Amino acid sequence: MNRKLNLWPARLDLLQSLSGLALVVFVWCHMFFESSILLGKDAMLWVTKMFEGEHFFGEPYPLLVSAIAGIIFLLVALHAILALRKFPSSYRQYHRFHLHMNGLHHSDTTLWYLQVITGFLLFFLASTHLYTVLVQPDNIGPYASSDRIWSGRFWIMYALLLLSAHLHAGAGAYRLAMKWGPASLTGSKAARHKLKTAMWCIIGFFLILGAASLATYMKLGYDHRDHIGERYMPSSHQVQQE
Amino acid sequence: MNNIPLAEEHRMLQIQILRHNPSALLCDSDKGSHLQTFEVEEALGMTLFIALNEIREEQDPSLQFDFVCRAGICGSCGMIINGRPGLACRTLTKDLPDVIVLAPLPGFELIGDLSVNTGKWMRGMSEHLETWVHNQELEEINIDVIEERMEPRLAEQIYELERCIECGCCIAACGTTQMREEFVGAAGLNQIARFRLDPRDKRSDADYYELIGNDAGVFGCMTLLGCEDMCPKNLPLATQIAFLRRRMAMTTG
Repeated sequence: MNRKLNLWPARLDLLQSLSGLALVVFVWCHMFFESSILLGKDAMLWVTKMFEGEHFFGEPYPLLVSAIAGIIFLLVALHAILALRKFPSSYRQYHRFHLHMNGLHHSDTTLWYLQVITGFLLFFLASTHLYTVLVQPDNIGPYASSDRIWSGRFWIMYALLLLSAHLHAGAGAYRLAMKWGPASLTGSKAARHKLKTAMWCIIGFFLILGAASLATYMKLGYDHRDHIGERYMPSSHQVQQE
Repeated sequence: MNNIPLAEEHRMLQIQILRHNPSALLCDSDKGSHLQTFEVEEALGMTLFIALNEIREEQDPSLQFDFVCRAGICGSCGMIINGRPGLACRTLTKDLPDVIVLAPLPGFELIGDLSVNTGKWMRGMSEHLETWVHNQELEEINIDVIEERMEPRLAEQIYELERCIECGCCIAACGTTQMREEFVGAAGLNQIARFRLDPRDKRSDADYYELIGNDAGVFGCMTLLGCEDMCPKNLPLATQIAFLRRRMAMTTG
């Protein structure tokens, strides 16, 4: 029998998972790049220049950073529109889910709701962050970023973004593993328990790493508050100038 | 040595039951839905099933709840026990606090008090998902001939999924079903996984896709895992749903 199946539900489900996975990988890698400030201002500048292509082309092209931000923006938009399908969509659905969750005391059910809340917050927080990078790609660097974070009062947004993004990404990665296998392949409770422990460890690690680097940027920004706009010169240049 | 337990002090359990009788709505006796508290003295090895029977026999003969087998096989006595779905006959009162709140399973038609019509839901699901062997050759089958042999391993795999007693606990434990009534739930998806394994069922993955390849089927599952954690028969529901998701995502027209 020749018939046409509607494959869109499968495609949409797969796309939601794949876009989520790509964003999780991006967010986790991003943490290592932005936390380079913990190794010093020169290290952070080196990473900045790398993304601007200076190590490859000899001169910086901040537009490359804009391009990455644009791609991530599109990925976030795609993931958001797909994930929105799963949000409760009426008072009745919220009411029933709350009743259910509050009675059940089941961590994975509560974790899903936490993803709904953090996902909603990320609509605004991720957009604000990505827009800043998109339109001011040349405004990233040890002093430029620190000034934005402290004097520009972006630290409030970054602190909320850090918390929301990592709870959402960690829980999402765990759910992906359970949703498609391989974690659910064996059906072993021990494997799931290990996976969940790993999820909390990863979330904890990135929150500590993120908080430490945010605090470092805030301190740098505070110390640099009287020289807003001034760019950081690599220490090798400073030595030459002296 | 005398090991026979002597009479000792037992806990006095407070069992709060959500009472509601839809058929009494038109009568004068209707009190609406309310929590009614019963006191029952705990006994050794007491299950909720025993406690409920004691209440019905000694305190309130109008209390409605279902049971048949009292051994976790028939799936009739599923209810919400302190917020979580479970079988009354398999729940020991010693594992519960002094105050026990009982409510009917949500998502099913309420008959009265703790009694719900899971059968109606299950039948609707079964008709919707066509959970029976599909094989045109069966119509001309000669019942005098011995059935084709099946590998014991495969038979065991099918039997493992066949253990579902359709008690409705997975439906009540599922946040998705609570929000979206059209979702077939783990009980439905488990049935599809069971017939997919069965070599007597000649349906292809494309046939199954037509039944569960949508947001009311396998793609509606949001992996909240309540079904897996609250199935009284410990069925590998998350594994089955993940397997179906992969198969259905790989299905082509």
